[in-house]
Amino acid sequence: MNHSAMTKFGHKTPVDFVIVGAGGAGGVVANELSTAGFQVVVLEQGPYLHAEDFTHDELKFKDVFDAPFIGREVLTNDHALQPNTFRKTQSEKAELTAFAQYGRCVGGGTVHFTGNYWRFHEVDFAERSRWGPIESTGLADWPITYADLEPYYTKAEWEIGISGLAGANPFDPPRSKPYPLPPLPVKSSGVLLERGARKLGWHPYPAPTAILSQSYRGRSACAHCGFCEFFGCEWGAKSSTLASVIPMAEKTGRCEIRPNSYVRKISTDKNGRVDGVLYFDVQKQEHLQKAKAVVVCANGAETPRLLLMSKSNLYPQGLANSSGLVGKFFMVDLGSLSLGTFEHPLNEFKSVRVTRVVQDFYDSDPKRGFYGGGGIDARFEFYPIGFALGGLPSDVPLWGAGFKKALKENFNRTVTVFSHTTCLPLDSNTITLDPEVKDAWGLPALRVTYKSHPDDFKTLRFFRDRSLELLDAAGAVRKWALPIEDTTAAGHLMGTCRMGNDAKGSVVDKHHRAHDVPNLFIVDGSSFVTSGRNQPTCTIQALAYRAADHIIRMAKAGNIA
Amino acid sequence: MAMTTSDASRRQFLFGSVSGLSSVLLALRWPAILAAQEHAKRAKASGLPAQFQFFSPEDAVEVEAMAAQVIPSDDAPGAREAHVIYFIDRVLATFDRDKQPAYTQGLKDLRHRTQELVSSVNRFSSLTTEQQIQLLSAIEKTDFFELVRLHTIMGYLSRPEYGGNYNQTGWKLIGFEDQMTYHPPFGYYDSEYNKGR
Repeated sequence: MNHSAMTKFGHKTPVDFVIVGAGGAGGVVANELSTAGFQVVVLEQGPYLHAEDFTHDELKFKDVFDAPFIGREVLTNDHALQPNTFRKTQSEKAELTAFAQYGRCVGGGTVHFTGNYWRFHEVDFAERSRWGPIESTGLADWPITYADLEPYYTKAEWEIGISGLAGANPFDPPRSKPYPLPPLPVKSSGVLLERGARKLGWHPYPAPTAILSQSYRGRSACAHCGFCEFFGCEWGAKSSTLASVIPMAEKTGRCEIRPNSYVRKISTDKNGRVDGVLYFDVQKQEHLQKAKAVVVCANGAETPRLLLMSKSNLYPQGLANSSGLVGKFFMVDLGSLSLGTFEHPLNEFKSVRVTRVVQDFYDSDPKRGFYGGGGIDARFEFYPIGFALGGLPSDVPLWGAGFKKALKENFNRTVTVFSHTTCLPLDSNTITLDPEVKDAWGLPALRVTYKSHPDDFKTLRFFRDRSLELLDAAGAVRKWALPIEDTTAAGHLMGTCRMGNDAKGSVVDKHHRAHDVPNLFIVDGSSFVTSGRNQPTCTIQALAYRAADHIIRMAKAGNIA
Repeated sequence: MAMTTSDASRRQFLFGSVSGLSSVLLALRWPAILAAQEHAKRAKASGLPAQFQFFSPEDAVEVEAMAAQVIPSDDAPGAREAHVIYFIDRVLATFDRDKQPAYTQGLKDLRHRTQELVSSVNRFSSLTTEQQIQLLSAIEKTDFFELVRLHTIMGYLSRPEYGGNYNQTGWKLIGFEDQMTYHPPFGYYDSEYNKGR
């Protein structure tokens, strides 16, 4: 689309909605609200990149450790400009650490993500009832059930474009409709997972993936180029909101995506209702975009930070924070990484990351002696440089003839078995404002306080052991696992504005409306009450469709502005 | 994936070794630079000195000798044949400019070490292969060696437009290809799997 022809709104006339963040949730809400006839401005702190900006360049984009080798972060937050501080417990002083990782461009994390698109299971919404309290955690039921969300899971899969095979996973919750697209072709990693899992009596199935296996609604099918996770898709086949719903929102003529717009405060009127958003443009000029209502979709770390920065005389603890829970129960993407080498070439550098998954240990099981569960996928978690730096077993020499030989023999014969596991909600794990460190705009830096619950470590070790068993059963020539240690950097940021029916025990209600502020909505990973099994995008987007439905209904009934 | 402490320290190193790049530098046209380097290489072949941006010709020989021990040439081409030295010179003149002092100091130390090992020799590149390996083994925990190792790997496996990975030498060694499209089957096991259907 020609940018100059796009919709533009003025700052002073209030638009119906300002959405903060054009990621997995914000893109969905923008499309739903603008399609329903509302005027929408989406403020995205990152740039507006397009398919032609995404190249096969490992130096410029990502290595496996999430840092580009050259220059600045392209698709994710840049810790040079937006430092984080980190500590394990509240008694420590937080130190500069690149902890929180998130997508920072139009499309957010859905631009660079793997595309694993797992629905939550029924039990995920009611684990507190099922298992009772767990010591020193804030484990709670969600205020909604799987049945409440099911229509929106289906809507997300069809609107965004998901490939998969309904009914193939015996542990899947019920669904009202199959996937719109068949699974992507299986890769060698998928065949090996399937082979090993079947031998162990488990139930592997084709991965549900946010990548088009066939052309869909005017978008191209995946061409299997292989530059997938950590990269943007130059084919538009990855079902990011950039490729799927954001163009639809712009076509309504009622949605303006405003990139390079960094929000510093949500402003309120004398009655305590939000009336606009203060933000910096690319030249660091400040603007106030007036709005009748605000939807915050800024992710599980930046959303609470923004609310805490939006304190005022009326809201001395920060906006929407009468419960004191904004920023609490911070949860991250825990998982174990095991590797194996095989006899024959796999050529895993081609095509998408994941083609087979197994969820036999998804549910928690008291017999294991701890709370927690997960799912396992097989993939190749590397590109060439990252592989040479971190993909070889630890007994391989770091240089010389032995190093070169291992590079040559292993690059195309290595598989990663990646588990995605529970992260328990603890009220001691928080996002707060750093009292000293500032970002490049002079705003307080994000301060992370995080330490995993002992059960989370037990879950990780359990899944590491299952992963190694799987590699054995698949016929690995050699296998090894990365050590399980304290987390010092993470993505999949969740839990910091949890939803609930009780205004004292949660930040938003079951329709994502802030308990304290009737025209403020919060829809992203921060809404999560529990982590599921740490593949949150599918549920974030289902929640976004559901929230949008309610917001539209309330707005049309005159119950918002 | 959440990162563990050991990943993070490695990452810290990567962060520490590669510094911020201004948008001006990002806008540099790599192909043009490669063309310049190719010109320099041809000039060298015809007996003229190579035109490095940062290294003196003498230093380039030393660094190339180190890189050639990190990824040696055997039955398959190594760092030398991949023109890793051109890549390293280029990064030191551009996005890793702040690593220039580390190279200057590191090469000075290397000369001392060389003389300590064989008093009659003051150039690392003049040592025998065995002596070079012995010396590098003694300094393999130093920041300088780790930096040369990182740059060598980057130069061996990054896009050829950056000046290294000449003729896709590194990619050919590991069996990687860069294409816009592939068609299944992709590897041995999915090929077998589909035959069995």
